[in-house]
Amino acid sequence: MKIFLSFVRKEFQHLFRDRKSMLILLGLPVMMMLIFGFALSSEVKNSSVAILDYSKDEMTLRVIDRIDQSQYFTVTKNLNSESQIEEVFKKGEARLVVIFPQNFNDDLLHTNAAQVRLIGDASDPNTSNIVINYASAIIRDFQNEIFGLQKLPYEIKVETRMLYNPQLKSSYNFVPGVMTLILMLLGAMMTSVSIVKEKEMGTMEILLVSPMKPLMVVISKAIPYLVLCFVDLILILLMAVFVLDMPIAGSLPLLLAESLLFILTTLSLGLLISSIVDSQQVAMFISLVGFLMPALVFSGFMFPIENMPKPLQIVSNIVPTKWYYSIVSSIMVKGLGFGFIIKQTVILLGMTLVFLAAAIKKFKVRLA
Amino acid sequence: MLETVIHTENLTKQFGDFTAVDAITFDVYKGEIFGFLGANGAGKTTAMRILCGLLSPTSGEAKVAGFDVYKESEDIKKHIGYMSQKFSLYNNLTVKENIQFFGGIYGIERKRLKEKTNELIERLGLVHEADKLVGSLPLGWKQKISFSTAILHEPRIVFLDEPTGGVDPITRRQFWDMIYEASNRGITVFVTTHYMDEAEYCDRVSIMVDGAIAALNNPSDMKKDFGVKDMNDVFLELARGAKRGE
Amino acid sequence: MNNLLFLLQKEFKQIFRDPAILRLIFLMPIIQLILIPLAADYEIKQIDISVVDHDHSSYSRRLTNKLVASGYFQLAEYNNSYQKSMETVGEGDTDIILTIPQNFEKDLIKESAAKVHIAADAVNGVRAGLGTAYAGQIIAEFNREVREEWVQFPRMNPLPLIEITSANWYNPHFSYYLFMVPGILAILVTMVGAFLTALNIVAEKEVGTIEQLNVTPIKKYQFILGKLIPFWVLGLVSITLGMLVAWVIFGIIPVGSYFTVYVFSAVYLLGVLGIGLLVSTFAETQQQATLFAFFFMMVFILLGGLYTPVESMPEWAQWLTKVNPPTYFIKVIRAVYIKGSNFSDLLPEFYAMIAFAFGFNFLAVRNYRKRSA
Repeated sequence: MKIFLSFVRKEFQHLFRDRKSMLILLGLPVMMMLIFGFALSSEVKNSSVAILDYSKDEMTLRVIDRIDQSQYFTVTKNLNSESQIEEVFKKGEARLVVIFPQNFNDDLLHTNAAQVRLIGDASDPNTSNIVINYASAIIRDFQNEIFGLQKLPYEIKVETRMLYNPQLKSSYNFVPGVMTLILMLLGAMMTSVSIVKEKEMGTMEILLVSPMKPLMVVISKAIPYLVLCFVDLILILLMAVFVLDMPIAGSLPLLLAESLLFILTTLSLGLLISSIVDSQQVAMFISLVGFLMPALVFSGFMFPIENMPKPLQIVSNIVPTKWYYSIVSSIMVKGLGFGFIIKQTVILLGMTLVFLAAAIKKFKVRLA
Repeated sequence: MLETVIHTENLTKQFGDFTAVDAITFDVYKGEIFGFLGANGAGKTTAMRILCGLLSPTSGEAKVAGFDVYKESEDIKKHIGYMSQKFSLYNNLTVKENIQFFGGIYGIERKRLKEKTNELIERLGLVHEADKLVGSLPLGWKQKISFSTAILHEPRIVFLDEPTGGVDPITRRQFWDMIYEASNRGITVFVTTHYMDEAEYCDRVSIMVDGAIAALNNPSDMKKDFGVKDMNDVFLELARGAKRGE
Repeated sequence: MNNLLFLLQKEFKQIFRDPAILRLIFLMPIIQLILIPLAADYEIKQIDISVVDHDHSSYSRRLTNKLVASGYFQLAEYNNSYQKSMETVGEGDTDIILTIPQNFEKDLIKESAAKVHIAADAVNGVRAGLGTAYAGQIIAEFNREVREEWVQFPRMNPLPLIEITSANWYNPHFSYYLFMVPGILAILVTMVGAFLTALNIVAEKEVGTIEQLNVTPIKKYQFILGKLIPFWVLGLVSITLGMLVAWVIFGIIPVGSYFTVYVFSAVYLLGVLGIGLLVSTFAETQQQATLFAFFFMMVFILLGGLYTPVESMPEWAQWLTKVNPPTYFIKVIRAVYIKGSNFSDLLPEFYAMIAFAFGFNFLAVRNYRKRSA
């Protein structure tokens, strides 16, 4: 036990002496939280609009002004002919073109109907959709304001309520995602790479001839990463609560316990990788392509899993991140208790045991 | 009479508060085998890296092959060979490819390089291994190839940083034969080692203790001065006063 | 010059002998291009809906059927207890609850107005937003049907009405693949360029062979070119592979010219390689290099406008996107692929990329030392 502790101490010193890596390992979650929290938004703001106005009358000017005034749009260009539309899109100078035909005002006042045409650059389909919806809403508001609200008979009113996340904050979605990703990075990738490095450098053999059991040598290498995982986890939670104003709805001890389980899953995965491969580059490649990318894709924090094609949905079941993500979002956001996440917990536990058993078996075969 | 190829005067290197090399002064003459001894951490490798132009000195003077280490380090590099402590060949290139690559970047003309490569491979007795990856060869062979490539371009001086670490006595003996051969051709050999028997093979030896040169002489005079039988005792005598080290 | 040829020869030999690099070059485009666009499909197709029907009228059933028939929704529950439906939300089986109150049909006909209530699981805001919007559209359509059954509309509008028509150019069917695939191509080139170069140089540092090169008389620029050229070629190979995958799997080919794609890739790669080189001058070990590279890749991807439009970012972040090379390249590749933009349309982006190429390589060369202090 004493030897074991001195091994662990050595590994800690090793890790903490590498200032540059520490900086990134602590900086990465902070950076991601800040970018996700403050920079990214799927809301559309300040979209550039080009106007093609064949009427240039009082009414069109008022509509254009209204569009320009809104926070969603900025009118950047005035076009003279239809042929210029292609050009502004190709140069990326506008996301939306608004076309007023001739006699807009006259038509509107005399026939009670005038047309306006919106053309969106759907090379970004979602944004185009949103931009057209916003512009339509602005024009409709304008019309209601000038000519009065047209109340229709037999109206079904829809009341909408957003559960758990009434302001549709995206943090509710990405905070669990960031947690998943960082723990995967540290637990699986960094651990496996650091063990494989010793193999590559030949220092592993020196450690293995020591009176320690080989498995203990490997475990002592994993412990500092376990601690670091916890530090990052706490860092993310603190930022979520105090910087992003995202309360933890459920029980904190439960969250921490489940996180510990997931950290163990990632560490055992890291051990498994390191028992199979011999070069750092291969270890990195496997972790990056095999685990981090799926972690990004399948944790459901960038992309909704329900949307994926069936085969991918099935594949997503064997990715541990999916289950942890589901656990975290149930506890943190929905405030659910243990009863709702038994299935996920059992699956993670099972995965951990399988990885660990496979890793131990591999190590024994190798070292025997 | 003797041509000086390395000259240092009060050469000093500090890392922060730590003085790795403390005002060393010595000369190395053409064609001699100069042994650079010292315990781990005594400053040998640091001094050597300065002379090779891999590290800037803090103060003092040094000239290698007539060029100044401060301003003319790139000129120095044309006239030296270097074999580092860490393994310095590419493991995923073949023996032949390694030799041709290093010869090539020293500007040996292509046709001549081909001849030299074949000649060298033959001399090393590696005809069958020529197209094998270096990574698959035993350490002793790698070191011989490493040394041979380091002097392929006929440098004036070759720097060897613990060249025989980790190999068996027979291979070490063979390696020293190669060193003598190079020295006979007029190449100055500057070698660090901590094998004391190897010190006996040198024309002159300097022993570093705590960053400074504690003794510099030919091995037999040095033993006489200290009144001991072999270099090992000289070394122990000097190392006793050391403050650094384990 | 001769020196450079020897360096290049050596690099190419090593690359072709390294299974890890080859795997990376071939597998990365394939995996990324297949996985991410399939996964990153934001079109909402299967939203699980629970209908809490307190009315049990023909209208409430008609509405429910209409929702399911739309293809966007599938019925997870049909009951009369909101409580029960809420539980299914907790279990993750329901995304949206539609509550139809008692007397829905009666109110609509007698009072000419009725209400329904939608509650959405908003943990994923995008999904909730789109889901409720779709539901709203379908309810509005249902509303129109009902109205038409009861009222005859006059030929002319009673009040002035602005009729809005809209069109979506370049991608009328809202194919998300068409949007994502070119974006991923851009990311791919970035990863190969920055990641591989950095890792390769740092590996030489770690093994110690770089020191052997540093004591030779090769010039700094020769060493750097010797590293840049092979990875520049690899980068172009990987985008070619990527374009092939895009064509074979998704049937996506650029509307614009291949020439434009290659010119921009060639210049962009220079800048990206410079970044890789710069990283390698900071990092001591491969582990560090991977971390640095991962960090930058995250920033690049997140701020590059791959998922969310750049204009909607706050000012400070928009400022960052201006110095973020992938922002330009993602924009260019998408423009050429989807809109068929040509070279002259994208001149500002071209200049920016030239500037990056010079800037990063200048920094890298300045930072690279044959001799340490």
